[in-house]
Amino acid sequence: MLRLPPFEFRMPATLDEAARMVADGGPSTRLVAGGTDLWPNMNRRHQKAETVISLMRIPGLAGIGNGNGSGELRIGGTTTLDAIESHPLVRERYPALARAVESISSPPLRNMGTLGGNVCVDTRCTYYNQTEEWRRSIDYCLKEEGTICWVAPNSPKCWAHSASDSAPILAALDARVRLVSTAGERLIPIESLYRNDGIDYLTKRPDEILTDVLLPDASDAASCRAAFWKLRRRGSIDFGVLSVAAAVWTDGGGKVAKARIWLGSVGSQPLFAGKASELLVGGRLDAEALLESGRLARKVATPMDNTDFLTQWRGVMVERYVEAALREIAGLPQERLAPNHP
Amino acid sequence: MAEPVRSPGDAPAERPERDTRIVGKPFRRVDGRAKVTGVTRFADDLSFPRMCHMRLVRSTVPHARIVSIDTSEAARVPGVLGFLTGASMPNTFGILPVSEDEHALCPDKVRMVGDPVAAVAAVTEDAAYEAALKVRVDYEPLATIASVEEALATPEPRIHGYSKAGGNVHKRASLEFGDVEGAFTEADLVLEDLCYYEGNTHLAMEQHAAVAIPEDVDRVTVYSSTQTPHYVHRALSKVLDLPASRIRVIACPNGGGFGGKSDPFNHEIVAAKMALQLGRPVKIVLSREEVFYCHRGRHPVQMWIKTGFKKDGTITGQHFKSALDGGAYGSYGVASTYYTGALQTVTYKLPHYKFEGVRTYTNKPPCGPKRGHGTPQPRFAWEVHLDKAAHRLGIDPAELRLRNLEDPETVTANWLTVGSIGLGRCIEAVVEGSGWRERYGRLGEGRGLGLACGAYLCGAGLPIYWNHMPQSGVQLQLDRSGRVAVFCGETEIGQGSDSVLAAIVAEILGVELHDIRLCVGDTDLTPVDLGSYSSRVTLMMGNAAVEAAERARDLLASAVSAQLEVPADRLVFAERRVFDAEDPGRGLDFADACVAAEARFGTLGTVGSYTPPRSPGRYNGAGVGPSPTYSYSACVLEVEVDPATGLYRPIHVWIAHDIGRSINPVLVLGQIEGSVYMGLGEAMMEEQVFRRLPKRLSGALVHKAPSMLEYKSPTFLEMPPVTSYIIEDPDARGPFGAKEVGQGPLLPVPPALANAVFDAVGVRIDQVPVQPHMILKALEAKRQGAEPRYGPASFPAVDFGETIRVPTPAQGGDGHATKEFERRLHRSKRATSGTMAEREEALEGKKDLTTK
Amino acid sequence: MARAPDTTALTLRINGEERRVAFPTHHTLLEVLREECGLTGTKHGCELGECGTCTVLVDGKPVLSCLALAAEMEGKSVETVEGMQQANELDPLQTTFADLGAAQCGYCTPAILLTARALLDRNPTPTERETRAALAGVLCRCTGYVKILQAVEGAAALRRGEEWRPPADVLYGEPPGTPAGPAIEGDRDG
Repeated sequence: MLRLPPFEFRMPATLDEAARMVADGGPSTRLVAGGTDLWPNMNRRHQKAETVISLMRIPGLAGIGNGNGSGELRIGGTTTLDAIESHPLVRERYPALARAVESISSPPLRNMGTLGGNVCVDTRCTYYNQTEEWRRSIDYCLKEEGTICWVAPNSPKCWAHSASDSAPILAALDARVRLVSTAGERLIPIESLYRNDGIDYLTKRPDEILTDVLLPDASDAASCRAAFWKLRRRGSIDFGVLSVAAAVWTDGGGKVAKARIWLGSVGSQPLFAGKASELLVGGRLDAEALLESGRLARKVATPMDNTDFLTQWRGVMVERYVEAALREIAGLPQERLAPNHP
Repeated sequence: MAEPVRSPGDAPAERPERDTRIVGKPFRRVDGRAKVTGVTRFADDLSFPRMCHMRLVRSTVPHARIVSIDTSEAARVPGVLGFLTGASMPNTFGILPVSEDEHALCPDKVRMVGDPVAAVAAVTEDAAYEAALKVRVDYEPLATIASVEEALATPEPRIHGYSKAGGNVHKRASLEFGDVEGAFTEADLVLEDLCYYEGNTHLAMEQHAAVAIPEDVDRVTVYSSTQTPHYVHRALSKVLDLPASRIRVIACPNGGGFGGKSDPFNHEIVAAKMALQLGRPVKIVLSREEVFYCHRGRHPVQMWIKTGFKKDGTITGQHFKSALDGGAYGSYGVASTYYTGALQTVTYKLPHYKFEGVRTYTNKPPCGPKRGHGTPQPRFAWEVHLDKAAHRLGIDPAELRLRNLEDPETVTANWLTVGSIGLGRCIEAVVEGSGWRERYGRLGEGRGLGLACGAYLCGAGLPIYWNHMPQSGVQLQLDRSGRVAVFCGETEIGQGSDSVLAAIVAEILGVELHDIRLCVGDTDLTPVDLGSYSSRVTLMMGNAAVEAAERARDLLASAVSAQLEVPADRLVFAERRVFDAEDPGRGLDFADACVAAEARFGTLGTVGSYTPPRSPGRYNGAGVGPSPTYSYSACVLEVEVDPATGLYRPIHVWIAHDIGRSINPVLVLGQIEGSVYMGLGEAMMEEQVFRRLPKRLSGALVHKAPSMLEYKSPTFLEMPPVTSYIIEDPDARGPFGAKEVGQGPLLPVPPALANAVFDAVGVRIDQVPVQPHMILKALEAKRQGAEPRYGPASFPAVDFGETIRVPTPAQGGDGHATKEFERRLHRSKRATSGTMAEREEALEGKKDLTTK
Repeated sequence: MARAPDTTALTLRINGEERRVAFPTHHTLLEVLREECGLTGTKHGCELGECGTCTVLVDGKPVLSCLALAAEMEGKSVETVEGMQQANELDPLQTTFADLGAAQCGYCTPAILLTARALLDRNPTPTERETRAALAGVLCRCTGYVKILQAVEGAAALRRGEEWRPPADVLYGEPPGTPAGPAIEGDRDG
């Protein structure tokens, strides 16, 4: 059976202590929360660590509540996914986030995995998420030890795909994340946490700890409606091969004031479908606009042959799923079938 | 322990009237309590003093000569105890005598990524793994072959040099029964189809594991998660060069098998060798990735089928071709090849039939027997083809099948003897249950019903290696305590064979399941049973158990008769008593009956054995397909399809299975439902597929994703509700009339899905798994006025060799081929019942069967 | 090995019993349960969190023991299949699983039993759809899940103190000749 390699395991009791440990630790130090990403990756030996620092003993790092007295909702970085999907505030104010979170992997995994872990989850690729021996048989890949991205051998870039289901919906909802290090803290829009590079996919420095995800005030919930749609082979366990997060704000007259459509798993970072979103602004969510929005969104997506399903078909599905998500927001009947839609 | 299924204070649910007390009624499986309490000991749960751990170093290249193996760096890992390489075990092994083409460790050449080249033992598994990663192997690469087409086009380099078909063709066969061209001439409609069935694997939840324990210098015990301890025993003896009498193989309960643990495997043999080398117990547990490399799963098969029909639907004849991608080793491949052509004849009357098949080697893990062994692929083609024929002829698909039903108790065109056939009742059950007559073709766009049937063996008629001995043996030992110890080589893989064995013995001796103590799957202690494969256990072991138990009953009856002065034939065995049927108060407790018998006869023991009847087929290739009798299934599947995306989901499955007679209906249902699940997995999403990298950059040829995550096994959320019907039509050849259920019900499921998709959206998907993009593509073709179909466009150009022509029973044939040399060959007694392997060797002149 | 493994010694609470255990720090709960504690009822199928076979309960919740370090378990309560029965009395789930053959090979059974127990502890009357959703993290290759769902339904009734006996169709199948009925609607996700 597969087993982890040895490492030093530390469980700091405060955030300060954790920040110091990671600052002093150097490149062979890694943070872990739920472990559902790091341990499999270390089991397969494509992520390595001499020292692993667990964030799970830090009081206050997990939890859901109103931030700083405003209507802002704070979700602590080590809050487990099951706690989020079942939390009344989340279900009431951000049902699309609850949907996204409950679509992640499987129930036992969500009892362990955390929001911070999902936001920072390593990019994935069928040439990369393999055992040490398997990767030897392809002489490794650009993401780890090798020199060629086997997804696109002429590409200078790694095409591993973003695998976070929470990121697209958090981005669509204008969420921010707090990053803390011994050098201080910074609060950034979640979309600027990512880079479109399969290897260096986070702007977070290795010594920074993601402590909070902050969702803006949803007291005007009436004006904002969001939806999350995810495509995957099976209704559980599988990673998404496409996730669509859409948030639409309407003015008093029912016209779209603002729209944000984000795509997950079809690029090395969550992708903003800008034109598809802009198209909707100022108009109403009629069937034609939704179709066109889907067509425009497809142009942003870069599905590659590094996950499940036929690549070209996944492109078609971007159109269909964006349209389906928008239909849900518009309250239009769903004409199509999505067997695994949560 | 086992007991009738009931909730507290309640009587068991009653259904059929039975003349039996245990057989035919639901009872808790005898291993049920152990399995729900975590007590069952699987191979990896075993631990012994001084036990060390082993890991295999596996090839990272698909085809190469081994230049050197350097263990020096690995040897420095703390805790490492020793290494083995291929030079230490030069003898080959393999499940079929005709293709013993495997080495425990590759001595000179690797044929696939995952081929084992060395073994490391260490004090911990951590250390064994670290050391295995540090073993350095240098390879000289050879050209690789990834498909049947490449194998046909690339005779050199040969992956194996022994096959008589030459090049990289492992096996080819061409058999004609009757006159197929004549049959097409007299047909009103002749249809041709091309189909493809993707390869897939068993994915038993338990990863293979083995523990080897040395005794003295030349004795060894191997515990293993194997379905076939007897064949492992033989392979160990051959490769270790030890007499079989010094080797003990114990089959642990398998955490699922499905055919994936039916071959002897490298790791079992190497563990034994290592244990003998180190003088201490050695355990090996394969990783999930290694299990994908062991494989032996469903062959990817390309198929071509051509059938003639009269206007009224009568089938005039069929010509069927198959091309199997075999992988790097023989495994059961010769049998698999014939199985793709053997059972087409047992469901519907097929007066003239021609089969041509080829299996090639490729540099991928070897394919072999998975649930349905070689028959789900042709069954898919046959049943989809029939659906198309029904539409062309304007006959309801269920009606077309009913009109052509094979007759029970007949001999088919290819000389298979069929027994009871409950297929008609199966079709009627699912047709009625699903509302087929009212609903088929009328559910509107996006929703459809599909119907298909299937049939399977109840045990392969011939053993895998040449012998005249029984295929199953059961030994009973009784003593004055009244307990009945039952010894049998059978292997519990989850299918319930322990429960069948205990139930049959308890039924005949009139005792409770609690009174039975089983000892199974132990080559030192139990009589040989060939193993849990080919759906043979219930029928073969069951018949052996009946014989042993009846002999024990006679023994006790004779003693009791003498003591009570009641004629033996008036004694009844029931309720743990032996008593006079005419005066039930007059009798003995079962234990006292044992006392009487032990006093009269001494130590009490009986044996029973089972040898299948001889099949009438006498042609070369007749060894594959015969079975004492066959089981039948019919299925209707309802599907919902989204024409905009191609996404679909099965809504409901109705399935009926002709079991002959249930030994335990609740376990029968479990096998039916599990078969439906596995069939749906294959039909919808499971595939064992491989990829090359761009050849200018890399010679890699790798399993695309050998993991539980990427090999898509349906979860609770994909599995639709299933309505099952058990059809009972007792067959005298089976114990209490029982036939098989472990594999047959899988067969109709994939074609039922494809046929349902057609009913839903009017396109044909002629391959599995049925993927959404295929439906979308076929719908596009339909819109553009092209053929509304997704599937293979051609069949490889294959030279199947000279056709063996065999007159059918209706033509007055005698089971022999018409060719003179075959007649000569089969004149001797041995040749008439020889295994396929023996026949092949004889045909090649390697063995003279007539003089031995 | 790159480094000599650290060792952790701590008190684990397993099935209500406390025991002092020492183990290599990098070993998972799965390894420590099976190897240090001898509780081999917990199985494994991938060691990557992809099959659910190793599921145990930690503080009442199903978690994947292959992806949890034993070192993280201090102060937590771990429950394995060995802890399900009370003295020699089976849990109702164990009873119905054994009776209906919901355990075939028995390899995924401990994980499914524990997951089902966690479900019934928080929801004594789950719908079939809720049961499917709760159990969907554990794969079973033998049963097609059918008997499992029936066994959970029966056990839920028994746990509620209701009389329950397996319906005839669960034990014998549907009698052939049952009048035609359309597919059962809306009994799964969708």
